[in-house]
Amino acid sequence: MNIVYTDNNATTKVSPEVLEEMMPYFSELYGNPSSMHSFGGNVGGKIQEARERVARLINANPSEIVFTSCGTESDNAAIMAALELNPAKKHIITSAVEHPAIKNLCSYLERKGYHITFVSVDREGHLDTELIYEIIEKKADDIAVISLMWANNETGVIFPVEEVARKAAEKGILFHTDAVQAVGKIPIDVKAADIAMLSLSGHKIHAPKGIGALYVRQGIKFPPFLKGGHQEKGRRAGTENTASIIGLGKASELAKAHLNEMDTRIRGLRDYLEAELLAKIPASSVNGDKKNRLPNTLSIGFDAVEGESILLLMDQSGICASSGSACTSGSLDPSHVLMAMKVPFESAHGTIRFSLSTYNTKEEMSYIIEAMPPIIKRLRDISPFWKK
Amino acid sequence: MWEYNDKVKDHFLNPRNAGEMKDADAVGETGSLSCGDALKLFLKINKSGRIVDASFMTFGCASAVASSSALTEIVKGMTLDDAEKLTNDDIADYLGGLPKEKMHCSVMGQDALRKAIRSYKGIEILAKPGNTICECFGVTDLEIIETVKQNNLKSAEDVTFYVKAGGGCGKCVEKIEEIVESILAQA
Ligand SMILES: Cc1ncc(COP(=O)(O)O)c(C=O)c1O
Repeated sequence: MNIVYTDNNATTKVSPEVLEEMMPYFSELYGNPSSMHSFGGNVGGKIQEARERVARLINANPSEIVFTSCGTESDNAAIMAALELNPAKKHIITSAVEHPAIKNLCSYLERKGYHITFVSVDREGHLDTELIYEIIEKKADDIAVISLMWANNETGVIFPVEEVARKAAEKGILFHTDAVQAVGKIPIDVKAADIAMLSLSGHKIHAPKGIGALYVRQGIKFPPFLKGGHQEKGRRAGTENTASIIGLGKASELAKAHLNEMDTRIRGLRDYLEAELLAKIPASSVNGDKKNRLPNTLSIGFDAVEGESILLLMDQSGICASSGSACTSGSLDPSHVLMAMKVPFESAHGTIRFSLSTYNTKEEMSYIIEAMPPIIKRLRDISPFWKK
Repeated sequence: MWEYNDKVKDHFLNPRNAGEMKDADAVGETGSLSCGDALKLFLKINKSGRIVDASFMTFGCASAVASSSALTEIVKGMTLDDAEKLTNDDIADYLGGLPKEKMHCSVMGQDALRKAIRSYKGIEILAKPGNTICECFGVTDLEIIETVKQNNLKSAEDVTFYVKAGGGCGKCVEKIEEIVESILAQA
């Protein structure tokens, strides 16, 4: 059976071009970039090239890029650095719909005595920026960091990160954004937005898993999260994951080249999938602001059926996606993102997230559009909550 | 990923006795939309108190559908007295076992069956006995105690797997731990 992969917000395939560029650094070019000999030094040169490529994707200077082991590490490193730079400030502002990498870190810090504001979102997933500006006006001096995701992994809804970042900068507040889902899907310009720190992750943009980067604006005296050797100019210790860094560099170059295709062809495929599913399946609804959304993401709820069952039947047809339901995550409540948006239980439990990449085709969308209505019908036929 | 065995998968993909029964003699309902799973069980019962037919409608994950399907197969032909003694373990065993986190699906089956039989016998079903411990899933202390004893549960996490209590906001986990510990201390 052919696999139709529409779970790219979970992870992506490594591009063949990326893999090819990485291969020599697993075998013959195994030198340590820190070594004095040119055998290792040449690898250092290749890492510098990767740094430049990542920087170009987000309009940063190469020296502002710190390589890390994943998006989660970038998020942790950013928040912990902000706290260390502002030891007297005890307030963190974030949103109620962050990825666990930020959400659970902030909950941990709350238990350690920090004051965290988890800013709420409305039914469409829009952030309550007024609340943030009010707090900034009144108590700027106590805020160690504001951390907001650029785009939501479940719904694709985009936060007005640039606007908040500028207001934070005006007040001298450090601003971090978890841009793991936004990078490579929409244009990002850290300079224009005056962002202090930005997290990105390789495996969401066709680089391998286990490689990430943190942008740290020039001038910030960044204390390292991993302490040890002098790698990454003392901002992240540990011998470099050379092959993966080089892969992330290549993937960043490709992602930049594909931004236009994301905005046009992939957006078109997503819109086609969305329109057809809504038309063919009664009592279905899109979660999140349809306009202000990543071009590749569709979060769609089907009333009166449950996500795990839907996914399992989709799996029988070779379609890979994710659900917003409890049963697949180990927790029992629907996703905290859908709950924060007050999506009714009726559709939250039956929410499926499709997330596309530039590898998807129109034929694949047509296949999903054919496969989904009978799957939903089959489950509704045995659901006590389905009113025909 | 799914950790379901072939029998569970089979009962999910090819559910037995799925659908509404218009002329049912007894109906038992449990669960709710907000809980994420619910089961409506229909029984046809003859004059001598034997279940001659059963069907179900279920909203929930694959193991909820499979547990419901298994339940209807098990109870067909049983006397009401025997059926009343059926436990969640019997349902899980029939399916060759369920993942631990999914045991609540089999508990749902036991619950719906008992409700159906009690309503048939004209026994009034009171509001849930005991004091509510878990607000998210509406689970009482008496239910927790019964489940812990019946299944030899050892931790609050076990309780969550079996009756969901503690699996929502998590505020009641400490209370559940206390209940489990007091039962373990008695044993
Ligand atoms: C918004 C967001 N932040 C952070 C992460 C974590 O990234 P990683 O898996 O590289 O640690 C993810 C990935 O799931 C994500 O979607």
